[in-house]
Amino acid sequence: MNRDQALFEFLLRMGDSTLILSHRISEWCGHAPVIEEDIALANTALDLIGQTQFWLELAGEVEGKGRTADNLAHLRDAWDFRNLLLVERPNGDFGKTLMRQFLFDVWQSLMLAKLKGSSDQRIADIAEKASKEVAYHVERSANTVISLGDGTEESHQRMQDALEDLYPYVGEMFIGDKVDEVLVKAGIAPDPASLRAEYDRIVGDVMYKATLQLPEDDFAHQGGKTGRHTEHLGYILADMQFLQRAYPGAEW
Amino acid sequence: MSNEWPLWEVFIRGQHGMSHRHVGSLHAADAESAMMNARDVYTRRNEGVSIWVVEAAHIAASAPGDKGPLFEPANSKVYRHPTFFDIPDDAGAM
Amino acid sequence: MYAQMVKTAGTGVKKPKDMTAEEKAFQAKIDRNEKIEPKDWMPDDYRATLIRQIGQHAHSEIVGQLPEGNWLTRAPTLERKAILLAKVQDEAGHGLYLYSACETLGVSRDELTEMLLNGKMKYSSIFNYPTLNWADMGAVGWLVDGAAIMNQVPLQRTSYGPYSRAMVRICKEESFHQRQGYAIMMKMAAGTADQKRMAQDALDRLWFPSLMMFGPSNKESVHSEQSMAWRIKINTNDELRQKFVDQTVPQIEFLGLTCPDKDIKWNEEKGGYDYTDPDWSEFFAVLKGNGPCNKDRLAARNAAWKNGAWVRDAMLAHARKKAARKAVAA
Repeated sequence: MNRDQALFEFLLRMGDSTLILSHRISEWCGHAPVIEEDIALANTALDLIGQTQFWLELAGEVEGKGRTADNLAHLRDAWDFRNLLLVERPNGDFGKTLMRQFLFDVWQSLMLAKLKGSSDQRIADIAEKASKEVAYHVERSANTVISLGDGTEESHQRMQDALEDLYPYVGEMFIGDKVDEVLVKAGIAPDPASLRAEYDRIVGDVMYKATLQLPEDDFAHQGGKTGRHTEHLGYILADMQFLQRAYPGAEW
Repeated sequence: MSNEWPLWEVFIRGQHGMSHRHVGSLHAADAESAMMNARDVYTRRNEGVSIWVVEAAHIAASAPGDKGPLFEPANSKVYRHPTFFDIPDDAGAM
Repeated sequence: MYAQMVKTAGTGVKKPKDMTAEEKAFQAKIDRNEKIEPKDWMPDDYRATLIRQIGQHAHSEIVGQLPEGNWLTRAPTLERKAILLAKVQDEAGHGLYLYSACETLGVSRDELTEMLLNGKMKYSSIFNYPTLNWADMGAVGWLVDGAAIMNQVPLQRTSYGPYSRAMVRICKEESFHQRQGYAIMMKMAAGTADQKRMAQDALDRLWFPSLMMFGPSNKESVHSEQSMAWRIKINTNDELRQKFVDQTVPQIEFLGLTCPDKDIKWNEEKGGYDYTDPDWSEFFAVLKGNGPCNKDRLAARNAAWKNGAWVRDAMLAHARKKAARKAVAA
């Protein structure tokens, strides 16, 4: 695997994760528990769509086959998507959505912090802009997870269930492979495993405040980063790609 | 006890160094959430550089019936305004 | 117009000789174009009518998220998706501003929400129509927001201060809605044969429901006269509808689409178009609950409210715990 191939894969991992998560969050629009939360979720989704455009545009540029961000988003099948499995998990209730958001936000903020120092200036620039947005995402999702975990008996139970349900999708974030090796060597991206300690510290701290128990079993589902997804992604793409697929070549 | 989140009033300082100005209200369970909600609801178009939130119940407001005694006495103090004083142009900028 | 057929409380316009001193002073203030503020004295009927009108307007914004939200996950490009999401998010914001204005009249947002959910309060009939193809996202912005703006711009001058200020903010944000809608229509009308078909189909379905948004002709309504005297209604339904038709017909022509009203004709004498009235029996059927989407819309709002109850309770419970801990520590 040469550098550009690895870089292309890596950019898809970043861009597909923000793309699929923004899609999931946008499903909430008009259905949140209060208007203030509805508006806040939409803000997060909008940030993530913007980041997706940057990552996927750069991916297309690195690939050099003339594919745009939209081509990549709307004309690949599931096996070519490289998002984390976590982000394609169904929304569930509001608490589960926010738990998924928090688990992702912490990882993303740590990743972006490292990427700000990337040897590839294009990546450093995207990370610089995105990290400001994500700093707010973490603050907000952490606050909500704490409130709901340490809220009522019912909310506590729901959040504990959400954590147990989603935690097996956390491990994948930190498992490196050939792609990462090439990029670490080139100083482009960090070793995923190097983010784990800080991640555990932050998540542990928030879960403590939320009075939630981290699962002891550290089993990790994998496959998202190499294109083996859950059944859910296919349905997401069926929705997301419908118009581009049904009316090929049309401009919107 | 009602389970509706309290009402908060939101004040935002715009880009140009002006005072905080009341922009609207929102509901939030506590001050931290009110602050975040204010950011999400009232600064979507780059409106602000600083936010204050105050729980609406904590605002003391003047009563409309007191308008006369409160504000009319100031009407007669015209000497508080610079235009009250006639200074010849020859005296220079002042 | 998001507030339709708002029933004015009271028995019609009061003559000065029937007014109390307070009522006279109140009306004089409105006639001087001064604003009424929350703590000012106001007639009960004024307050009740405003709650109905602002509440209905707020509900319309919130229910209005649903037909457009319907296409969020199917938006054809990343940019279109972002624009649509920002637009639907604005509707939520506008609902919030309007509920806040309504709350200054002594009714809580929760109370208003309950009245929406149990059908005691209405929202605009337009949102009981479905969005069936992507061009509907264009047509809704262009026609539905266009019709709403017709009403909202004059309402910036309404007599009730908080309502007027909410309208100012809403109008400032809203101007992008209609333009983004028309931009979609331009793209579709200039696109492939399929896209043109979608554009025409959307226009065909939404034209008459958009005309209905202004409400039935109110020439003889005593209720609306009282609301106009109070300056909570600025123009008649017919005036606004005419203005909307006159503005929109040339835009249809510019797109190269066909106006669904086959009898539309320019009337030189009145300086406006003669148009066919919408089918008012359909309008009343929709108001009664028999529109294509009434059940789905209310079900969606009910589900959101019910499923969110534990979240609202928990956030408050946590806030109270936190406050109690702080009190102990102090």
